[in-house]
Amino acid sequence: MISKIERDTRRFNEIARGHVRKNLRNYISRGELIGRRGKNLVSIPIPQVEIPHFRFGQRKGGGVGQGDGEKGTPIGRGQDDAGMGKAGDQPGQHILEVELTLEELAQILGEELELPKIEPRGKKNITSEKDRYSGIRRTGPESLRHFKRTYKQALKRQLSSGSYNSSAPLIVPIPDDKRYRSWKEVQLPESNAVVIYMMDVSGSMGDEQKDIVRIEAFWIDTWLQSQYRNLETRFIIHDAEAREVDRETFFHTRESGGTIISSAYDLCAEIIARYYPADEWNIYPFHFSDGDNWGGGDTEKCLKILDETLLPSANLFCYGQVESYYGSGEFIHDLEDHFSREHEQVILSEIDGRDGIYDSIKEFLGKGR
Amino acid sequence: MALPKELAKERDRIRAQALEYGLDFFEVIFEVLDFHQMNEVASYMGFPTRYPHWRFGMEFERMRKSYAYGLHRIYEMVINNDPCYAYLLKSNATIDQKIVMAHVYAHADFFKKNFWFAPTNRKMMDEMANHATRVRQFIDRYGLEEVEEFIDTCLSLDNLIDVHAAYVKQPAHPPEETNEEGETPQPARLPSKGYMDRFINPPAELREDARRQAEEAKARKQKFPAQPQQDVLLFLLNHAPLDPWQQDILAIIREEAYYFAPQAMTKIMNEGWASYWHTTIMTQSGVMEPAEVVDYADHHAGTVAMNPHRINPYKIGLELYRDIEDRWNKGQFGREYEACDDRAVKATWDQKLGLGREKIFEVRRIYNDLGFIDTFLTEEFCLRYKLFAYKFNERTGYYEIDSREFQRIKSQLLRSLTNRGQPVIEVQDANFRNRGELYLHHKHDGVDLDITYGRDTLANLFQIWSRPVYLETTLDGTRRLLSYNGREHALRKIG
Repeated sequence: MISKIERDTRRFNEIARGHVRKNLRNYISRGELIGRRGKNLVSIPIPQVEIPHFRFGQRKGGGVGQGDGEKGTPIGRGQDDAGMGKAGDQPGQHILEVELTLEELAQILGEELELPKIEPRGKKNITSEKDRYSGIRRTGPESLRHFKRTYKQALKRQLSSGSYNSSAPLIVPIPDDKRYRSWKEVQLPESNAVVIYMMDVSGSMGDEQKDIVRIEAFWIDTWLQSQYRNLETRFIIHDAEAREVDRETFFHTRESGGTIISSAYDLCAEIIARYYPADEWNIYPFHFSDGDNWGGGDTEKCLKILDETLLPSANLFCYGQVESYYGSGEFIHDLEDHFSREHEQVILSEIDGRDGIYDSIKEFLGKGR
Repeated sequence: MALPKELAKERDRIRAQALEYGLDFFEVIFEVLDFHQMNEVASYMGFPTRYPHWRFGMEFERMRKSYAYGLHRIYEMVINNDPCYAYLLKSNATIDQKIVMAHVYAHADFFKKNFWFAPTNRKMMDEMANHATRVRQFIDRYGLEEVEEFIDTCLSLDNLIDVHAAYVKQPAHPPEETNEEGETPQPARLPSKGYMDRFINPPAELREDARRQAEEAKARKQKFPAQPQQDVLLFLLNHAPLDPWQQDILAIIREEAYYFAPQAMTKIMNEGWASYWHTTIMTQSGVMEPAEVVDYADHHAGTVAMNPHRINPYKIGLELYRDIEDRWNKGQFGREYEACDDRAVKATWDQKLGLGREKIFEVRRIYNDLGFIDTFLTEEFCLRYKLFAYKFNERTGYYEIDSREFQRIKSQLLRSLTNRGQPVIEVQDANFRNRGELYLHHKHDGVDLDITYGRDTLANLFQIWSRPVYLETTLDGTRRLLSYNGREHALRKIG
């Protein structure tokens, strides 16, 4: 028998994913896919469907708070719902921000997008070790000191030695009191994968388009990182010609010029041939563009490279087309005509704006190869 | 799962202590739940037997995630019922369980003794199960989509109740129709010379005319409802064209809204009361082992931590009770004390009355949050706890500290507590334009409504009333009429 809550949860998920009760779609807030990445502070999407009520406008009110500060001291951003001066708990906080390891993040991603676990290919399945902090011991570096345990030890000692003064309860730990977190080594299977990101940086790709690529690449990266212990990433940018760059440059370059996609594919094939033999590596080339390729037969050349070199060695070839004002968006149709939507190894996805990122990641990784 | 033996022993000690202090509670049944069960029960707001609805699943997902990422955990939950049901989280340390049990007994006392809980159904556990059975029957008969959609529609309106209705013994009678002040309507007269008047305008006819006109005027005046009704849900229940099953669902939702209303009305008092007693019982009665003090302090500090965005009801409630206790112990109240304007004298004022304990028991019996804050929040208290009022600054996009003035803080706080922080909306006319259209009036008290939500809620109201619906409100200082006729929304200026 399934429990009540599971049935209600399933029903909610159907609604949140927009399968049923389409009229509620307006009230779905999906949360952001990615918030800040500094210090791993990330927002977790928690879809919420809100039932409308007659209620006060969020910003009009105000409230009562507590703490230091002069008149005019800002206490919070306008967006967060924490603003209303209700004494009780405020419903409708849709986004949680927490510190997470990338591993946990990937887990969320898997849950959210229902991504299957990727089956590693290749023979190179070695076992590697990873540390997990799960115990306490008496020695260790100061950075791992367990504050509460140390405090309790010191308190205990001072009480039993009679040096505790309840009117001035000052607790000073001595080295013997100190307790530290300790770790265990955990065995993890390892296999190798490489992701080669290619991005079109020609004139028609604006900042918004690049931002979309950045977000999408981050999530793909996170997911694949969680699936492979040893994930390498390579970055290629191209306009009329391609070059390999580092991560920083990849996400921040703004170039202009024409677009010759085959130049990137050529370089990609070259990198694979040189560094990543297909029988030892799982290879994932991703290409993002606005789909505006230079006429002159370049598209045919691209198809040829894909057929002859890239596809035989790669697990998957993914092409994401970002919507832009300028581009003709022709390239994805050319690929579609050539490979058809159901092709085993080629995944095509059109990303229509930020909202499309979610669905696009799902398209790319949903099949789990 | 029932309490394990050690905890049962602790419970008996704490219960005995609570009784000794004079707490008077419904018997409390403790259950120990793991976090999954706890989240489940919490998503049903404490009632494991509630009717099926997706929003409980949504709540569960949210809690599951925030629990998994260490953002929040539920230590305890207690249900206003006779007997009270209380749930403990299995993974908690013994000290946490002790704090929670002490806390729970005080909640149970509050439920039983506080005036505002008096009209609530004390067999709600059973009632909720009955509601669930009825809803499930409707789902079987009319289909999930249909019933769910209707539930959503009703939920959209479930804040439109009159929280004070339950405390008024007799329904307010409309005041007797007084004769319309000013001139009585004059029947039309034909122009005539004086000597002919008796024949051209015969007095009998004129009297008859006057009577008929007065009657018509009265009929025009007769409105439906005769007086504005704040219990919009009741009005819809009685007068909206609903199928019997729909009426039943609306009644269920209304009943549950009334059941939960006192909890929203006494949040600060209730949590404050429970915190007051858990600290008292834990620190003054020997329930706590010396080894547990550090963990106790840690836990308690977490409970009463303040944050700049919102007052913590645990903290404010607790400190207010302590403040009241202290003031009544020292006799710092009454005319003589108020009249004194020497700060130094006031600060050391002590008549050694020792009335504090007695006073807080009285306070917990008769007040709700609104009266509690209104009566007992003092300027000294605001200063001591660094309270401030804040507001939104359009220009910077930030909430900013607005004032530390006592009156401002108090009125801001009172406003947020009035009608549980919900707008006051009444049915003014159910026969608007003499066409059976429903006219609601929002009593504007300084804060505008959210218009996007207002539109959609109005559409839901239309679903129930099935004739055009109107909401009169004030936006940016002008009176506006928001309407929906089943096809389109309109917003126009009035007055």
